[in-house]
Amino acid sequence: MQNWPLFEIFLRSKNGLSHKHVGSLHAADADMAITNARDVYTRRKEGVSIWVVESKHITASNPEESESMFDPAEDKVYRHPTFYVLPDELEQM
Amino acid sequence: MTEIQSLEKRFQDRIDAEERIEPRDWMPEKYRKTLIRQISQHAHSEVVGMLPEGNWITRAPNLRRKLGLIAKVQDEAGHGLYLYSACETLGISRDEVLDQLHTGKAKYSSIFNYPTLTWADIGAIGWLVDGAAILNQVPLCRCSYGPYARAMVRVCKEESFHQRQGYEIMLTLANGTPEQKEMAQDAINRWWWPSLMMFGPNDSESTHSAQSMAWRIKRFSNDELRQRMVDMIKPQTDILGLTLPDPEIKWNEERGAHDFGEIDWDEFWSVVKGDGPCNKERLAARVKAHEEGQWVRDAALAYAEKQEVRKASDGKTKVA
Repeated sequence: MQNWPLFEIFLRSKNGLSHKHVGSLHAADADMAITNARDVYTRRKEGVSIWVVESKHITASNPEESESMFDPAEDKVYRHPTFYVLPDELEQM
Repeated sequence: MTEIQSLEKRFQDRIDAEERIEPRDWMPEKYRKTLIRQISQHAHSEVVGMLPEGNWITRAPNLRRKLGLIAKVQDEAGHGLYLYSACETLGISRDEVLDQLHTGKAKYSSIFNYPTLTWADIGAIGWLVDGAAILNQVPLCRCSYGPYARAMVRVCKEESFHQRQGYEIMLTLANGTPEQKEMAQDAINRWWWPSLMMFGPNDSESTHSAQSMAWRIKRFSNDELRQRMVDMIKPQTDILGLTLPDPEIKWNEERGAHDFGEIDWDEFWSVVKGDGPCNKERLAARVKAHEEGQWVRDAALAYAEKQEVRKASDGKTKVA
């Protein structure tokens, strides 16, 4: 595995759905990562499309700062439909 | 409270609230080490587990059985890979993990240190060994460490085919000629006790259990899972018209479970410590495969580098 970079693998399980992260593997290059991802992650028709991204290219938010990162959404109930009052006689909206 | 104590408390609170821990979250060093040990041993077991079964691929009795066995062995390689990947998220490199296996520093499941002497052993392994593995692994799908739990979900989905293919082999042999039936019985006789040993020492002797339970890495004790195994396998053995090599096994109405005999713990510890029938052979085969594969890994890397250079120079030509 020495010098073989780590790739993150994303699968689209069927057309109409987004790609979803399923795991990772080492490969010499991106083409090999796709071939190996097919053999490892789609042996039972789990995917119709594969994305591979070298792990080092992913920038992630810092879990230690999660609180401040996501707290702007905490107190904004007015972003949700149930915040708004509608008359009872209104049957559909 | 010191800073580390307060971090540890917050960590345990998250665990108690059934939150999952993800790779970059803060975790106690011991939690990390415990997981690295457990996940890497689990991965090694999947990989070494291919050896006893691979032994029968060329001698499978027909094409249907051969296809099933190849697919199963290929699954085990995949399981090893999911687990090695999960292990790496804890900050240990793949090379280091493999090195621990190859130098004998890391353990793998002792069950694979027993030989596969006849075709019936392939049936017994799928049914009993994979059966025991499923009982161990299903609760791990809810393990507190996210990447391990997710790997286990994939593994468990695939294991059920393994167990069924094993049981079908046993069923076919059990309904075959007297020699075939005898072969199936002999395989059960040899694999039953080692399969029960797969759940580890008795709860009173198990060194890591209490902490692993508190961290929700483990959900059920060794003895609880072993009892489930006996209760699951006994009726399946009856359907085969075969018997388990334990004269003490019988239904206990009061407990609503089977009573069973005592494991030979001397044998258990001697195989764990390296003196099983195939310990040396398995490790040697693993090391040989790794060393003889070196040129493939080197060649793949050289090819990738060459392609990279070619791509770069193609780009230049176009610009010019």
